[in-house]
Amino acid sequence: MARAGSGSLPRYILQRILLVIPMIWVILTVVFIVLRVAPGDPVSAALGGKLNAQALEQRREALGFNRPLIAQYWDYVSSVVHLDFGTTFSDNQPVLRVVRDNGGATLTLTFAAFVVALLVGIPLGLLAGRFRDSLPDVVIRLFGILSYAAPVFFVGFLLQLYVAGPLGLPTSGDATPITVFQVQPKTHILLLDALLSGNGAAIEDVLKHLVLPATTLGLLICGIFIRLVRVNMLQTMQADYVEAAEARGISGGKVTWRHGFRNALVPVITVVGLQFALLLGGAVLTEPTFNWPGIGSKLVFYINNRDYGAVQGIITIFALAVVLISVLIDIVNALIDPRVRF
Amino acid sequence: MRGVAARLLKPFTETAGLARWMLVAGVLLTAVFVVCAVFAPWLAPYGFAQTSSHGVAFPKLGHPSSQHWFGTDRLFFDVFSRVIWGARTALEVVLLSIFFCVAIGVPLGIASGYYGGWFDRILVLVMDAMYTFPSFLLAIVFSFLLTDVYGGSLVAVSLSLTAVYIPQYFRVVRNTTLSAKQATYVEAARAIGASDGVIMRRYLFQNVIQSVPVLGTLNAADAILTLAGLGFLGLGIQSTDAAEWGHDLNRALADAGGGVWWTGLYPGLAIVLLVTGLTLVGEGLNETLNPTLRRRRLLPVVLPGRAASTPAEEEQS
Repeated sequence: MARAGSGSLPRYILQRILLVIPMIWVILTVVFIVLRVAPGDPVSAALGGKLNAQALEQRREALGFNRPLIAQYWDYVSSVVHLDFGTTFSDNQPVLRVVRDNGGATLTLTFAAFVVALLVGIPLGLLAGRFRDSLPDVVIRLFGILSYAAPVFFVGFLLQLYVAGPLGLPTSGDATPITVFQVQPKTHILLLDALLSGNGAAIEDVLKHLVLPATTLGLLICGIFIRLVRVNMLQTMQADYVEAAEARGISGGKVTWRHGFRNALVPVITVVGLQFALLLGGAVLTEPTFNWPGIGSKLVFYINNRDYGAVQGIITIFALAVVLISVLIDIVNALIDPRVRF
Repeated sequence: MRGVAARLLKPFTETAGLARWMLVAGVLLTAVFVVCAVFAPWLAPYGFAQTSSHGVAFPKLGHPSSQHWFGTDRLFFDVFSRVIWGARTALEVVLLSIFFCVAIGVPLGIASGYYGGWFDRILVLVMDAMYTFPSFLLAIVFSFLLTDVYGGSLVAVSLSLTAVYIPQYFRVVRNTTLSAKQATYVEAARAIGASDGVIMRRYLFQNVIQSVPVLGTLNAADAILTLAGLGFLGLGIQSTDAAEWGHDLNRALADAGGGVWWTGLYPGLAIVLLVTGLTLVGEGLNETLNPTLRRRRLLPVVLPGRAASTPAEEEQS
């Protein structure tokens, strides 16, 4: 049995990775069709007011917009394969550098939001599932629905208005400029750099800036955790082994904890990873709300500048990240749960 | 007619206690916004882009008062009127995008499921790719493009939402078609010489279309949030074309620093309440339709009491 399992695991992983290639190709094609084939001239959209007709024509030539579409398409796909995501039109920067410079802030924010969501969502979900249809269940479920129903920019607005002032919390940026210059950049992730430097004031400063945006984004996904954990808890508590445990005379608390909670948490691990796509969408909205200097803010900046090159590059990277993470989760799942591999 | 009424009431009659209350609350909340949307011209005291009344200009960022219940914003607009007109925008966009989803997704799904083969495989691959794509980013890409082509109009935003939700309609319709085309009546139709077009239009369409209302209800809450998100990023509808809550919140964010709360609070509450209402309806439907969660209304069973318990049982307990 063990031999058969270990034999099929590499094959499963290989299969999963091979299947991802056509998926990525289709996504790239969709992005290309939507952003390039569509009518309108991207170069004059981004730079129309700034350059004269001759300079515009030169830029068009340099960016390859005068060539046939099929050649442009080949260029795009082959450069993505070489991890070149193009340059922005408006300020002429490689997209990869934009993502590297701002990715750290986005990673910090999304990670902190995840921690908030897990800390709030899982206990509340377990509680609601355990006491189904009681008052805590009603209150927690309503909270879950409300936290999903409230757009992140509305939560951000309320927090800035009513919480930031009284608690003296800042509402923009990932640290004060003083901290940014004090901390030696090693990983380009400010929180990690601050922790590595061991500078107490810097760590506190970074965390203070992080609290409100992370809470805002965390609340968005905690509703999903609440709902998921609650439903899992309901289904687990109906399972035969829970009934068997009860029949053996094990106390209610022990049954709930050992047989209920633990098993209800297993599917959560899977879904945690799948929330990544939602988290990215949420970050794009949270970052401008708090002027958080991440990729989301950059994307909005380029959208407002009508910069097709930047939007295409950033969206491509986002899409690749989501697909790769979903593969990673599938592989981790296969490692944990042999039934997935079949 | 009675059959239709019974089916519409099924979620109410088959739920009990909490589930029913949540469903009723959801329907009521949603109904309030639908009324606002339909009767906006009569309910709202002013137009959504009106800056003066009877020759008197509205104040800029005016406090809530008897003339302006929810105050005025930095563009001199009346916030209360914009909240009510916003309901109309939201309803129009959601209905329009459901219409596009049905108009494009249903025929594609039927054809894909009916013909199968490479046509089916390619469509499934493309739709799956669109479904994997982070939905909000997809909406951003489409509206970024469509606002360039069509300007920030209702149609552009609705089409962006359509791009997000169409894979779901396609999937459901395709899978229903796959099972429906095996049915005896389809075989019979083919035997009497019906063409592919006739089979798809007259036999399959009727069967497949029934899943659309449920899908529409389940997606509506999400669609409202996506619409507001696009509006917040400035990719949606312009303020003078229609009232849109998300875009109003974008402008309100600048006011928050100065302690102005009324320009953001009310549009935000409107989004929260409408989405909550729609979610409650969706959850209520889910609890009745999903057999793993369903709890039917049970009548209490009263067992006749026994005269006295035996000593042996006393010891055990």
